[in-house]
Amino acid sequence: MASVSMAAEAAVPRTRRRWNAAASLALLPAAVIVLVVYLGCMVWTVRLSFSSSKLLPVLDWVGVRQYSRLFANERFLISVENIVLFGVLFIAGCLVLGFLLAVFIDQKVRSEAAFRTIFLYPYAMSFVVTGLAWQWFLNPTLGLQKIVRDLGFESFTFDWLVNQDMVVYTLVIAGVWHGSGLVMCILLAGLRGVDEDLWKAARIDGIPTWRVYLSIVLPLLGPMIVTAVVLLATSVVKLYDLVVAMTHGGPGIASEVPAKFVMDHFFERNNIGLATAAATMMLISVAAVLAPWVYARYIRPQGRRA
Amino acid sequence: MTTSAPSGRKPRHLTVDRIGVYAFLAIAAVFFLLPLWIMLMTSLKTMEEIRLGSIIAFPSELTFEPWLKAWASACTGLDCNGIRVGFWNSVKILIPSVALSIALGCVTGYALSFWRVKGANMMFGILLLGAFIPYQVFLYPLVRIFATTGLYNSLACIVIVHVIFGLPVMTLLFRNFYAGLPIELFKAARVDGGGFWSIFLLVILPMSTPILIVATILQVTGIWNDFLFGLTFAGRENLPMTVQLNNIVNSTQGERTYNVDMAATMLTAIVPLAVYFVSGRWFVRGIASGAVKG
Amino acid sequence: MSAVSVNDVSVAFGSLKVFDGISLDIEEGEFVVLLGPSGCGKSTLLNAVAGLIEVEEGQIWIGGNNVTWEEPKDRGIAMVFQSYALYPRMSVRENMSFGLRMAKTPKAEIARRVERAAELLQIAHLLDRRPDQLSGGQRQRVAIGRALVRDAAVFLFDEPLSNLDAQLRNELRVEIKRLHQQMNGTTMIYVTHDQIEAMTLADRIAVMKDRRIQQLGTPHEIYHRPANLFVAGFVGSPRMNFIEGRIDQGGEGPIFRSGALALPLAAEHAPRALETGRLVTLGIRPEHLALDPAGPWDGFQAELLETHGADNLVWCGNGQVSLQLRLPGDVSLKRGEMLTLAPDPARVSLFDSESGERL
Repeated sequence: MASVSMAAEAAVPRTRRRWNAAASLALLPAAVIVLVVYLGCMVWTVRLSFSSSKLLPVLDWVGVRQYSRLFANERFLISVENIVLFGVLFIAGCLVLGFLLAVFIDQKVRSEAAFRTIFLYPYAMSFVVTGLAWQWFLNPTLGLQKIVRDLGFESFTFDWLVNQDMVVYTLVIAGVWHGSGLVMCILLAGLRGVDEDLWKAARIDGIPTWRVYLSIVLPLLGPMIVTAVVLLATSVVKLYDLVVAMTHGGPGIASEVPAKFVMDHFFERNNIGLATAAATMMLISVAAVLAPWVYARYIRPQGRRA
Repeated sequence: MTTSAPSGRKPRHLTVDRIGVYAFLAIAAVFFLLPLWIMLMTSLKTMEEIRLGSIIAFPSELTFEPWLKAWASACTGLDCNGIRVGFWNSVKILIPSVALSIALGCVTGYALSFWRVKGANMMFGILLLGAFIPYQVFLYPLVRIFATTGLYNSLACIVIVHVIFGLPVMTLLFRNFYAGLPIELFKAARVDGGGFWSIFLLVILPMSTPILIVATILQVTGIWNDFLFGLTFAGRENLPMTVQLNNIVNSTQGERTYNVDMAATMLTAIVPLAVYFVSGRWFVRGIASGAVKG
Repeated sequence: MSAVSVNDVSVAFGSLKVFDGISLDIEEGEFVVLLGPSGCGKSTLLNAVAGLIEVEEGQIWIGGNNVTWEEPKDRGIAMVFQSYALYPRMSVRENMSFGLRMAKTPKAEIARRVERAAELLQIAHLLDRRPDQLSGGQRQRVAIGRALVRDAAVFLFDEPLSNLDAQLRNELRVEIKRLHQQMNGTTMIYVTHDQIEAMTLADRIAVMKDRRIQQLGTPHEIYHRPANLFVAGFVGSPRMNFIEGRIDQGGEGPIFRSGALALPLAAEHAPRALETGRLVTLGIRPEHLALDPAGPWDGFQAELLETHGADNLVWCGNGQVSLQLRLPGDVSLKRGEMLTLAPDPARVSLFDSESGERL
């Protein structure tokens, strides 16, 4: 992105800016959306988190009372714990599996296109469909457990879906199934972009293939891995549909996540204050992740050039 | 040089490495295909066979009853009109949402790439950051705004929401595409006396076919797969297919009919899957362009 | 025994045959340049020697061993690439030693070889930098250094200077030549499309076109006795002048005749196959045409003058034939001036017009 925008700016000579009515008019809808929704609604939400709003929004000021309530709320704490666990495992899982898939597909295999299609198709489906499919596949009585038992392993148990301690891992499995094709796709494009001479040089130096991938190719894929992590991370923060469809936060509240916490408190539990406080916490955590990245990518390079 | 000396092509042996590569890919393929296979098989069985048999087995008695039932008479609460209600709702949401969000993204991207408007870059920056912020941060105030204007829980409401939240990616997509076009093209059109709209319609738009295809693929799958916005903004009358599917499967009273559930799930997945299989490389390109977000 | 020998090798990409039975023998210590336009197959041939491309038929021998089925690392070769192909995120030292480390070479030995190569290439002060901190010329030096530490008997260069600007190219060209002289007995095969590189570096040049070796010879042979029209036209700048004509019988032997132009052919051309009436193309280099009021070719008018400093180029024509000539820098002409030319009959080349082969 950065390079693209720079190229565009370099290409447009710094002529005197002429005010163009039509161009300004064309940007008006986007400007309204940015001002009203992306800025206005955000500020509004943050403001409400400092109020005592329940069913209806009120604009009083209760300081950080909602936040102290939030951090005393077991449901929220479990949500946070779950999203961290899910996030780490989901991103790591997608990266590792996606990288392996990309590398193995890159070995000049037959029917490469078929494999690529198979590995990516889950990404085309919604999280609701993904959640329901895995809910059925991992069904503790009729699903995977029964398949393995039918094979003769009578005592095999796989009840993660209804096990409070394990249910998050079922979300991770479904998530990795859904998302690793994306990583494969991004990394495969990166692998195909590696200078062919580099491979030749490594063959002449007698470097084993796995070592080339690890020591030479992987560092080259850095920017693509960052891209993949950013994309995966945004879907972690937005994680909602998958949970609703697959576990509905259960058993009990064992698989609650922040997005669902916010939604439930907005629309079912009618606790606007608490919901906006949780939403603001989500905003802060995203900003905390985003800030260093924006800094590294857009602000620091410009400083260096100056 | 004897004839037995190495000459010509090195004889190929099926090496352990090769077998390993294919074994890994085959196992991975099974992992990725299994859920789809199980869904399909379950949807073609009778409930009795599901209870007794294995879920990966091929049905001993093929039945399309669950598909018909899922389409026409599956129940959401007390309504038993099948998932077709949601299907048509999704279609009604999809068409205007896709068209409007692409149109707005296209014009915004064009204006940002070729024209200099004060504050435009600032606006674009905020828009991009907005793409990363969880929707929950915006939802409640939006609901209030729509409620005040009387649009809440209507088709117009959900369409507007899709346009709003599709804007960052759409703008970025078109802006990047236009940044890749030679600026001389635009300058030549300016010298020839083109204005904002005439250059857009006569010069830029005709060159935009590839990116329009990519945008359409992204938006069709994205909007069809949406759950959160449909649930929050569409209202009871316009619930999209994903929401209805979840209601059918997860809020059934009494015994669950897995075969009907899976048929309904398959039906919901069909549209994006069809887009995926038909568009092939374009879909991949869409992902790559979406990935530019990073 | 040849250092490298390519015996009747065929290479195919899928069903498309790239080479069909190409052969080439290279002596130990020789510097051979494969020269040709892009797509002529020169890089493919080099890659086949390196073992980076599998051959379909034939054999490749290096240093007396049949290496047709050997892995590139076991062929006793080192290679330098156009894009440098340095390992990113590794320091120069690591770049140079990575292959040796993989081959489990003792540490002291690695250090010694890296030291020596760095000294030879004057990159000792760069050893701890990373490739992205180096200029293009420095990168290519490092790439050559990485090849040097392999202590190979045969060096392969795949257009190593094509990514550099003109001045660096000249510098590094000299460097490579010096390197070859310093490393006695090291064989080098060098691919390029740049005829100056080929002429200056090579002991022998193999001019390639359409996946065939058109001519293999010393730079002098290639320049003065091109084997066919393609070689004659490809090597030499400005290009050799070509005049279409026929063989005629003169008083003292065969004469080349084209319209008003005639040239008695030197004894070395006769009497081979110069039957009267045969259609031929006469090739004469711009520097082998002199200005001489007593010369046989008159009626030429100077059309365009180009000053190059050391010499001047003149485009001239007589209405039928256009010729370029290269004159010493101190000869000054005016546009439109009438010229009389004297070709040097001993230095012309004659080609069969139909086959393009040298006569």
